[in-house]
Amino acid sequence: MLDRYTFTVNGEQRDVVAEADTPLLTVLRNTLRLKAAKFGCGTGLCGACFVLVDGYPTPSCDTPVWAAAGKRIVTAEGLSARDAPHPLQQAFLQEQAAQCGYCISGILISAAALLQADPAPDEQAVVTALDRNLCRCGAQGRIVRAVLRAADRQGERR
Amino acid sequence: MNHDVARPAAAGDLPPDLAANPRLASWLTIESGRVLVRVGKVELGQGILTAMAAIAAEELDLPPERIVVVSADTAVSPDEGVTAGSMSVAAAGSALRQACAEARALMLAAAARTAGLDPAGLSVADGVICDAAGQQLTSYWELADQVSLDVDATGEAVPRPSRRPGEGSTSAGTLPRLDLPDKIFGRPRFIHDLELPGMVHGRVIRPAQRGARLVGVPGEPLRGLSGVLGTVCDGSFLGVVAEQEDTAERAARALASAAVWQGAADLPDEQDLPAYLRGQPAETTLVHCVGQGGVGGTEGVRHSATYSRPYLAHASLAPSCGIARWSASGELTVWTHSQGIFGLRRAIAQATSLDVDQIRVRHVEGAGCYGHNAADDAAFDAVLLARSVPDRPVRVQWSRRDELGWAPFGSAMVAEVSATLGGDGRVADWSCQVWSHGHTARPGYAGNPGLLAAADLEKPLDLPASIDPPAGNGGGTSRNAVPGYDFPRQRITAHRLLTMPIRTSALRSLGAHVNVFAIESFMDELAAMAGRDPVEYRLAHLADERARAVLEQAADAASWGGTRSPGRGRGIGYARYKNRSAYCAAVAEVEAVHEVRVRRLVLAVDVGRVIDDDGVRNQIEGGAIQATSWTLKERVRFDRAGITSTDWESYPILRFSEVPRVDVHVLARQHEPSLGAGEAAQGPVAAAIANALFDAIGVRVRDLPLTAEHVVAAMAS
Ligand code: FES
Ligand code: FES
Repeated sequence: MLDRYTFTVNGEQRDVVAEADTPLLTVLRNTLRLKAAKFGCGTGLCGACFVLVDGYPTPSCDTPVWAAAGKRIVTAEGLSARDAPHPLQQAFLQEQAAQCGYCISGILISAAALLQADPAPDEQAVVTALDRNLCRCGAQGRIVRAVLRAADRQGERR
Repeated sequence: MNHDVARPAAAGDLPPDLAANPRLASWLTIESGRVLVRVGKVELGQGILTAMAAIAAEELDLPPERIVVVSADTAVSPDEGVTAGSMSVAAAGSALRQACAEARALMLAAAARTAGLDPAGLSVADGVICDAAGQQLTSYWELADQVSLDVDATGEAVPRPSRRPGEGSTSAGTLPRLDLPDKIFGRPRFIHDLELPGMVHGRVIRPAQRGARLVGVPGEPLRGLSGVLGTVCDGSFLGVVAEQEDTAERAARALASAAVWQGAADLPDEQDLPAYLRGQPAETTLVHCVGQGGVGGTEGVRHSATYSRPYLAHASLAPSCGIARWSASGELTVWTHSQGIFGLRRAIAQATSLDVDQIRVRHVEGAGCYGHNAADDAAFDAVLLARSVPDRPVRVQWSRRDELGWAPFGSAMVAEVSATLGGDGRVADWSCQVWSHGHTARPGYAGNPGLLAAADLEKPLDLPASIDPPAGNGGGTSRNAVPGYDFPRQRITAHRLLTMPIRTSALRSLGAHVNVFAIESFMDELAAMAGRDPVEYRLAHLADERARAVLEQAADAASWGGTRSPGRGRGIGYARYKNRSAYCAAVAEVEAVHEVRVRRLVLAVDVGRVIDDDGVRNQIEGGAIQATSWTLKERVRFDRAGITSTDWESYPILRFSEVPRVDVHVLARQHEPSLGAGEAAQGPVAAAIANALFDAIGVRVRDLPLTAEHVVAAMAS
């Protein structure tokens, strides 16, 4: 049965009409046309679809839309402020931290949550924070370096 | 990226891809203020578009921002076959470089004619053509309408010598990847993100078991679901189309639980793959035979061992996706992340009885692809479903389950190696036999469309046993089966199976992964028997200076002779990919407690002339990490009825916490031709890890992956 659900996405309030158990990922990608979150497995096991739900990295493929109602959702599109890329995005560009890039949106979400909680993580903390994200291309080394670089930059700014 | 290759030696000597598509206009179009560049090769996450932009920019004396690389499209792009293997960049790069050089020469000639000057005295900066005094004469943009590129390449223009990075050039080495900003800012870029006007969604319900035929779909499983546009049932092919993706998903689930299937293939026993592989009918090839007196008859100590790997999945992070639209008049357009859009077009034509001219296939980027995965199959699924809704593009998204269960796999393999050690401890003779399914089943192979769904149709087009690329392309089963060492007597035999219960096709490095794993593990076993150090023992059998250099460099950088931390082991592996491409040596440091962990990999590579140092490193790092994943964890699981490893829990790959530190040393050989880097690390890394494991725990594990289960089994035997 179709119902109306309301939540904020990247700071804006959105109303959608959907079946209660439609995955949040489908709503984000197809209804709201936000394509950053990717479909990778549909079962919460790869991290490609991660978004922040009230600040926590969450598999949107595995979150029914009813469970997102009233929450604050942030996708990788919403990480950069108007005109200013997120330090993570800058660092990923500088490190050229990707091969195909399909895993990157989800990884940025996990990394953003980490830097929020721990602005100066060490390598071990980064690895732990990204352990639910898969990258099949083997770009992990660069990705970890990019996250550490972003943390450094944030540190310098303070 | 290595896109620089030997340039044409003389006028008229065109790079092969340009000779096959000589019309300059098919490679580039000069417009006002920008140049559109078209290549037949496609972006697979390896940065090819960036490399092409860099080459065109360099050859035309333009800043890279002025170059637009158009995605491959059968309607406009030159046919350059399949994009596979690291040499694809070189092939497209040399053709494009020559085409751009010719276009530049035509422009300069026209400018010179008008001004009554000698073209040799003219120069170009940012598209503006100047005379020797620096006086502006005209520009590419002004001349675009007057100079026709609708002419064939002649080979007369000679590409200018490449300027080194740091000399103010626009080489690929300094150009960041053009595709990354979209991917890092979450902008739509992948085929999965494509939205076309009127697009609807399709799903395919694959058989419950391998080889099962559809009996029927009783009842009305779709009753009550609104928004379903129709189902397609043709033989055992079953699919559904709906307005919304969500509805297509629900409908597919309902159909899957209602459908009745009958029969099943009898898959081999996964616990005894080596015996299965050896017992099948096969095509046997003597790959290499040298030395007087044959092998086995030599005096000395004899040793034999058998190595194997299971089937491996490509396991792209994105399940495959394809989109197709039939016009009411029967024209077909397909959007795909296939590695070979022209081959796919021919295969679709064959399977649908359309004319190739009625089909247009367009490439859109997918996730990283490490060989022939389900991209082509998903595209053909879309073709079959879209026929039922003319003028509407139908997007088919495969599930993770189908991607891991139905895409082609890299073949399981077994290699049996024997050697005789002479009195001096040196290898006196060496023989190897390897058994494998074929390593290619790309669309069009063996005269068949080679598309999964085509085999399920009422009038099926079967999937025959996969074949191997010819020896001239490096072979498949036999790839790297010939050891690169100076053994006086050698006999190498390859057996390609003529049966294929589990579909196999190209996976990064083809047979080289197992063959190098076997050769390099066995070299360590022989070194131990001879009481010699593994590095020194290899060097004693290697005259090739470049081979010696990578081995020595890797050993040095990894402090080979130094002490190891307690509980850790160190091992080395080496190969020259395809016996004629990149040289690579790897040293692994592993720890084995409850499971095998690779802590560090040190690699030394020689890929000839290096144009883009970071590109080479990125490919070697990625290859080394993926090879670590194959070697430690990966194994396609199945029972008699079908594949059972259909999610990330049953088909685990390496996670962030398991990724080793990787150091890459690139040995520059600026006077040698560039060689592909993408596949060089796969075999050496596998062997280095197995050898390090032996060093750590004294157990020789010869069956991949190096899981606790296999380690325990090796201890017991
Ligand atoms: S798609 Fe959501 S975790 Fe894989
Ligand atoms: S870059 Fe391809 S999956 Fe991570």
